[in-house]
Order: sequence, then structure tokens, then C-alpha cells
Amino acid sequence: MIVKEFRELIRDRRTLGLLIMMPLLLLVIFGYAANFYVSSLKTAVVGPQASQVAATLPPFFNVTTMQSSGNRADAATLLQDNKVDVALVTGQAPVLALVNGSNLFAAQSAVAALDKAGNRVKTQVLYNPGLKTSWVMVPAIIGLILTFIGTIITSIGMVREREAGTLEQLAVMPIKPSRVILGKIAPYFLIASVDMIIVTVLGIVLFGVPFRGNPLPFALGAAIFLFVTLGLGVFISTISQTAGQAIQTAFFFLLPQILLSGMIFPLEAMAAGVRWIGYLLPLTYFTMISQGIMLRGAPISSLWLPFVVLMAMAVVVFTGATLRFRRDLAPGGPPGTARKEPAAAEAVGTA
Amino acid sequence: MMFAVRSATVRFGQTLALDNVTVEVPGGSVIAVVGGDGAGKSTLLRALAGEVRLDSGTIEAPSKQRLGYLPASAGSWAALTVTQNIDFVAGIYGLAGDELTARRAELLSRASLTSAAGRLAAQLSGGMRRKLGFVMAVVHRPALLILDEPSTGIDPVSRIDLWRLVSEAAASGAAILMSTTYLDEAERAARLVVLDSGKILVQGSYDQVRAGFTGVVAQTSEPVRSEWAWRRGRVQHEYWPGGDPPAGATVVVPDLEDIVTALALAQRNAVLS
Repeated sequence: MIVKEFRELIRDRRTLGLLIMMPLLLLVIFGYAANFYVSSLKTAVVGPQASQVAATLPPFFNVTTMQSSGNRADAATLLQDNKVDVALVTGQAPVLALVNGSNLFAAQSAVAALDKAGNRVKTQVLYNPGLKTSWVMVPAIIGLILTFIGTIITSIGMVREREAGTLEQLAVMPIKPSRVILGKIAPYFLIASVDMIIVTVLGIVLFGVPFRGNPLPFALGAAIFLFVTLGLGVFISTISQTAGQAIQTAFFFLLPQILLSGMIFPLEAMAAGVRWIGYLLPLTYFTMISQGIMLRGAPISSLWLPFVVLMAMAVVVFTGATLRFRRDLAPGGPPGTARKEPAAAEAVGTA
Repeated sequence: MMFAVRSATVRFGQTLALDNVTVEVPGGSVIAVVGGDGAGKSTLLRALAGEVRLDSGTIEAPSKQRLGYLPASAGSWAALTVTQNIDFVAGIYGLAGDELTARRAELLSRASLTSAAGRLAAQLSGGMRRKLGFVMAVVHRPALLILDEPSTGIDPVSRIDLWRLVSEAAASGAAILMSTTYLDEAERAARLVVLDSGKILVQGSYDQVRAGFTGVVAQTSEPVRSEWAWRRGRVQHEYWPGGDPPAGATVVVPDLEDIVTALALAQRNAVLS
């Protein structure tokens, strides 16, 4: 029995991969990425005494922007665009420290560090004044739900067609592969969209999460992100023969997104060797968009980078996946294989 | 109208699934493909349906609009009702409105599925589900109908129903290529194609196949050469390709099962020798 089980396991490459890769993945993630401690804060110093104040700051505050002509509004804009974690406004006593509350762990570290300055600094947390975890998590959870539906549910739905043999039937019917793909993913797109709206509304109602920005770019970002996840779902279905295999494979795609997208552990706190994985994941960029629009009311102009990256991912992943799926639906023939319709076709009436 | 697979060769990796196979399927007739597991029956059918790439050879088949196909799997969507399954497929072929309503009612009646019209396909018996698959394959009156083991695993009564439907389709002019593991079914077809290891052992009408069979089949309780013998009920049959059974052997008139088995053994023993 033991030998039989080993033989089966060795031939089940996917399960074997899961058994070997999962411990390694978890070790790497929790060893290098599971870190809530932020080692430095991107800091802006604005106002007439910007250079003097910047010179007195400890190394923890990494001054990336200095504007002696700037004022509070400029500082707030830098935070809204997520360019810095902290912005110090000089030219007043005490110095005003604006903290970006949408980067929760950076904000917590900033508040703790600024408190040590006592009366010399007045701290004001923007976008998440209570530093509530739920405010940061809800926008990310929306992305996670879209990922779940787009990747796991879609791939299962597609593979079920293959398992039942009905994909074979569709392949010989006069229906274009593009229509089959559209017909298969449209319901998931709609369901995921409805789910997104429900979760967003519940997040606002139950947890008091603000929605400060424009809903249209938010919806646009969600739609682009959904195309990426649906593309992943279609791709998984093309490399899976059964629903079980599809779930296993989807798990490989889902777990890194949960752990390395910055949703739980801040990207800035991860070791550089692991952080780059986070920058390859679509959820990372959707979270930037959803947190930016919902919490900071960021305009689309300040979120162009995640939009462009997500768009590129959507084009590459969705196109690649649908081309693979089309190949399954239209085997066609290699060069030299002739397939022709007999001439003089006559009407045949099958009873 | 004649449809055909000509000089078709298909390889799956190292396996030769079809080896220079030519089969013609004339309109108004049923061509039965028989053979053991792995003989290449499904590959032949799927090649004609356009589901399998040929490594060489040609296919003469109608457009998808005039092709009907029942795969070896259930052939219907489990979570849809009988009516919804038919309507979905009919919609792809452009049937709608009164024409669809009339066609659906006619086919359901002929397949004895009228009372099951509102049931989910998943709730149907195996035989009913195969009949539903057949109805879906013919709803658009195809010129070429390809049926992959339509009667495998279903009860004798449902097999009779299915055969009636197949015969009616052929009578209406459709060219039908079907695979089957039931040799009694194959005997009813206009022509037989006997496949083994991707090669055609013999093809023709039942009478032609029988007439062309050479050698002798003898009935025995103790086969002389076990590699040339097979069990038939309580006795064994043994094939003597040279027509030289031992003295005293009881020679029998071979039926289709004997012929197919004898030819397959001849092929395998020739390969091994």
C-alpha cells in the first residue's frame, strides 16, 4: 500500500510540486516577507525651514522630497499621491507632521517616532486617522475576492466543461472560439462585479471605510484587474484536466497574492529578494488603486503606474490564455493536412 | 453525398493511433467502426469531426453547420434541463421560434423523452442521457452524423430506442459513422470497419466480411495454442488461419465476434512472431 501510494504520488507531478514547493514558499515568505517593521519612512519636508528641519531628522526619516517653497497643501498632495509616508510642514511652531494613514504600518511607525519629539511636532494622520486595520484591509479584500472568483471559480467552470466532454462538442459546433470564451467568462465577470459592489458597500456601511475618490476610475481599475484574474482562470483551465487540478494550480497563484501583494505585510518591509515577487503580482497594483481611490481620494493621474501595469498584465495574460483555450477548441490541422467539404452539397433532412 | 477519411495517419507521441486509414461514409447509410479498446475507433471519429489533427491524409467532411457529433462522454450539460440542452444547441445552429418548438417536440417524442423534458440532464438515466445526446446531435438535421459509442453502458431497451433513431436518421439521408463495442449492433450497419491498433483489418458489408474471412474457427474445450484461442460462453474457440485444425475438431460457422477476434489475433501474433 505504501509503495503504491508513493508510485501514484510520484506520477502526480502537481501534488508533488505542491508538497515540495509549498513548504519552501511558506519558509521564504514568512522568513523574508512576514515583517511588520518598517525600517525607514519616505519623508517630505516643506516650508521655509525645510532644510534645517531635514538636517535634524534621524535616519529613520528618509527625506526624499524637500520643498522650501511648499506649504501644507503641497504636503497633502504628496501624501495623496502616495509619494511619501510622512510630510513635515515647517514655518510654524510646532512643526506639522502629516502622516499617510493609508500605509498602515508605516503610519504606525511614523506616529510612534514622531511622539518622541514631544511638543516640537504636531502629528496629524490623514486618510485613516484612527489607523484602523479594516480601512486598509477592505480595499485589498475587494481585490482578493475578484482574484478568487476570477481565478478559482472561473478555472473550475472552464475545466468542468472539459471534464464533461461538452467542450469537445462545442469545438465541432459552428460557434466561434471567441464567442465560447466570451460566453464562459461573462457570467463570472458579472458575478465578480456584483460581489465587488456588495463588498465595497458593506465595507463602507459596516466598517465605516471612506470612499473619497471617483468611483469611475475605481470601476475601471477593477474591470482591468478582473480581466487579469479571468485570464489567469482561463490559463489554469488550459493546463488542468480536472477541477481538482484546477484548484491545486489556482492555489499556486492565489497564495503569493495574499502574502506578497502588500495586503498583509507591507512591501517596503519585505527583503528585496522577495519584494520583487510582489511587484509581479496583479493584486499588488489593484490594492494600490483601491486604497488610493477609496482612502486618499487619489485622482487617476497619480495612479497611472498601477493602471498601466495592470493594463499590460491584462493584455498579456488574457490574450495568452484565450489563445491557448482557442487551440483546445479549434485543433485545426498542420500544414499539409487537407480538410475539405465535398462539392455539390445537397440538402439532407435527418429525421 | 460522400464523406471520407483518406490515408489518415495520426500519432500521439510514440503511439500510432491511426495508420493509413481510409473510410468512406456515403449518405443514407450507417458505417460501424468496431474494435477493441485502443483500436483507434474514437480517433478515427474525432479526426472526421475535426477534433484531431492528422499527421498525414485528407478529410472530406461537411462544414460545422452540417455536422452532428455525439462524443463518447455524456454529450449534454448536466445542470441544464433536457429542453434547455436542446434549445442551447439548436440556437447555435440558428434554429429558433416555431421551427425549434416543432423540431424539439418531434425529437423528444421519437426518443421517448417528452415526459423528461423538464428534468435536469444530471437526473436522467444513462440511456436517457445518451438519447438526449443523440437528439442534440441531430437537431439541426446534419448531413454527417458521427456517434462515438452511443449505446455503450445503456440498457437493452434504450439500445433499441437509439438504434431506431439512428436508422431513421440514415433513412432521411444522413451519412452516419458510429463506433460500437457491440458486434450485434455492428452487424446491422451497411458497412463494417474493423480496426485494431490503428489499422483496418477488414471493411465491407457484413456478408462481404464473412465471405472474405479465410481460415477455420474450431470449438474446443482445451485449446491447442492458447494465443489463438478465446472464450465463447462455456467453450473456447480457436482460430486456424491455414484452415488446418486437428482431426476431430468441431468446426463452427464464425459469427462477427469470431471474425473480429480471429483477425485481431492474427494481427497481434504476426506482430509478435
